[in-house]
Amino acid sequence: MADWIVSFFSIADAKMVKQITYLVDSIPYAIWETLYSTLAATLMAHLIGLPLGILLVTGAQDGVRPLPRPLMQVLNVVVNLLRSVPFLILMVMVMPLSRIILGTTIGTPGILVPLTVAAAPFVARLVESSLREMDRGLIEAAQAMGCTNLQIVWKVMLPESLPSLLSSFTTAFITILGYGAMAGAIGGGGLGAMAMMDGWTQRQKAVLYTAVVVLVILVQIFQSVGSHLSARVDRRVSRTARKGAAGGRKRQLEKDKPMGPPGAM
Amino acid sequence: MIELKNVSKVFPTAEGQLHALTDVSLTIGDGEVYGIVGMSGAGKSTLVRCINLLERPTSGQVVIDGADLCAMKQAELIRRRRSISMIFQQFNLLMQRTCLKNICFPMEIAKVKKADAEKRARELLEVVGLPDKADAYPAQLSGGQKQRIAIARALACDPKILLCDEATSALDPKTTRDILRLVKDINQRLGITVVVITHEMAVVEEICTHVAILDHGHVMETGRVEEVFSNPRTEAGRRLVYPDGVRIDQLPAANVIRIAFNGGSSYEPLIASLAIDCGVKVNILGADTRNVNGQAFGTMLLGLPEEPAEAAKAISYIKNQPNVTMEEVRDYHG
Ligand SMILES: Nc1ncnc2c1ncn2[C@@H]1O[C@H](COP(=O)(O)OP(=O)(O)OP(=O)(O)O)[C@@H](O)[C@H]1O
Ligand SMILES: [Mg+2]
Repeated sequence: MADWIVSFFSIADAKMVKQITYLVDSIPYAIWETLYSTLAATLMAHLIGLPLGILLVTGAQDGVRPLPRPLMQVLNVVVNLLRSVPFLILMVMVMPLSRIILGTTIGTPGILVPLTVAAAPFVARLVESSLREMDRGLIEAAQAMGCTNLQIVWKVMLPESLPSLLSSFTTAFITILGYGAMAGAIGGGGLGAMAMMDGWTQRQKAVLYTAVVVLVILVQIFQSVGSHLSARVDRRVSRTARKGAAGGRKRQLEKDKPMGPPGAM
Repeated sequence: MIELKNVSKVFPTAEGQLHALTDVSLTIGDGEVYGIVGMSGAGKSTLVRCINLLERPTSGQVVIDGADLCAMKQAELIRRRRSISMIFQQFNLLMQRTCLKNICFPMEIAKVKKADAEKRARELLEVVGLPDKADAYPAQLSGGQKQRIAIARALACDPKILLCDEATSALDPKTTRDILRLVKDINQRLGITVVVITHEMAVVEEICTHVAILDHGHVMETGRVEEVFSNPRTEAGRRLVYPDGVRIDQLPAANVIRIAFNGGSSYEPLIASLAIDCGVKVNILGADTRNVNGQAFGTMLLGLPEEPAEAAKAISYIKNQPNVTMEEVRDYHG
């Protein structure tokens, strides 16, 4: 118990003291829960979304390994469908799956499966647009050098798109952070649950605002770390020109990303 | 040896079928520097991409050293492509790799040991004159330097053939000349067959031994550069070789001849001596001369006097000159 806070706020009213005590006790764990569930969901979403995004590019009619047109159409429709279902509804729909895989539908583990399922198509689209940014001439050069399709993906497309992939990873991470928080409303854990359950429902304003502010700060931190990393690995701009150019380019890249409509991924 | 046998390429487009290449047959001998010229859209890129099967011909054969590439399985084709290098107008270097790693790339693909590859890459940096750029990234180089790195990369796996698709079109004239010299040097020292795609005659004059003129997907003329350039036989050839030449159908007079100079003297003394020796005055309707591999070449359109006797005198005089050929222009519209 943080007794020093109680004595520090001895003149404040009891409710405020209760809220602050609660915050100091639970916020570190809530932050941890948010971070690890977001990171885990982002990684798992990439496990599905990255290959899917690669497939959407390489299997397209102008890709290195065109797949039958109907197959690609089905793939595109599935991705679009999953992206157009509002997240909260998708989450409820996926819960049975969560029970099968993780044996639970509540708490932080409970939201991992729905988050992953909801985010994977979004990640696939992000990856697709990152890879499409790449100059087609490079693929042609690689083919002329005798690269197999696998080598083209592994040694040309992915490394050449790394800066862009990192910034879409950041976008995915932040979006999933947001949806993870939203999941707090229906039984998730972390900062979102804290804001909803303990802050909003129990009318503890200090808890609500603190949780929201911490979320905002986390988003800011991860966005700047992600942008920084992306610029750092970007060799497409010369070093001398980078200071001025990198910011502009980054902004450009982010503008091009497909963003989900509110409530959907 | 590269043999294209009746190669055709048809692209299906929204507006119907586009015949990019029609019945193209070419033979490119070992060690030649073979130019393929044509106007934009003539099908040059398509043709060169057919040589390494980046573009699969709709019909016809691509035979390299006796082996038909079109009949090969994918794996075999991929292996074969390693002996056919290509450089591009846009360089197509991997931007996320240093120059050294770019040059190592084809060796990495061919599973050459890393240490050996790096050693070879450094040698090649020497060859293209950029030994200090090993750790630079392509974005830090000028266009000419990027093309040098691309050439070094193209040489990494000891190719037999080097395909250049408008390799100098993005460069200024001086850099163009430097790059062409490097290519020529490589051709002479290593005996690599070079196929040069370009729309610039100057490039062909600078380095090519042979040339093919491509027009709307058809090969119009082939031959040694001196022959084709001194005396283009087709309208497409003349249009390319003498773009500033006067178009026949725009000229007023009849009784016109075209004379061609195949090296040696230029045309002023001939016209002067024609007047002095025969007393015949001719109109110069159009002229274009150029310098090919150190020799003077050119063509000139001459309007002969109306009087048939005078005209005949001039013709017989010209016919007797060494290094000058003559043809009557019959399809001349007055
Ligand atoms: N993949 C394709 N699909 C449809 N049409 C194509 C394709 N590639 C080329 N073409 C068409 O084929 C014709 C020849 O194109 P190509 O690129 O070979 O011309 P080019 O001689 O290289 O021209 P340039 O000098 O402008 O590069 C053009 O009309 C072009 O539009
Ligand atoms: Mg072209």
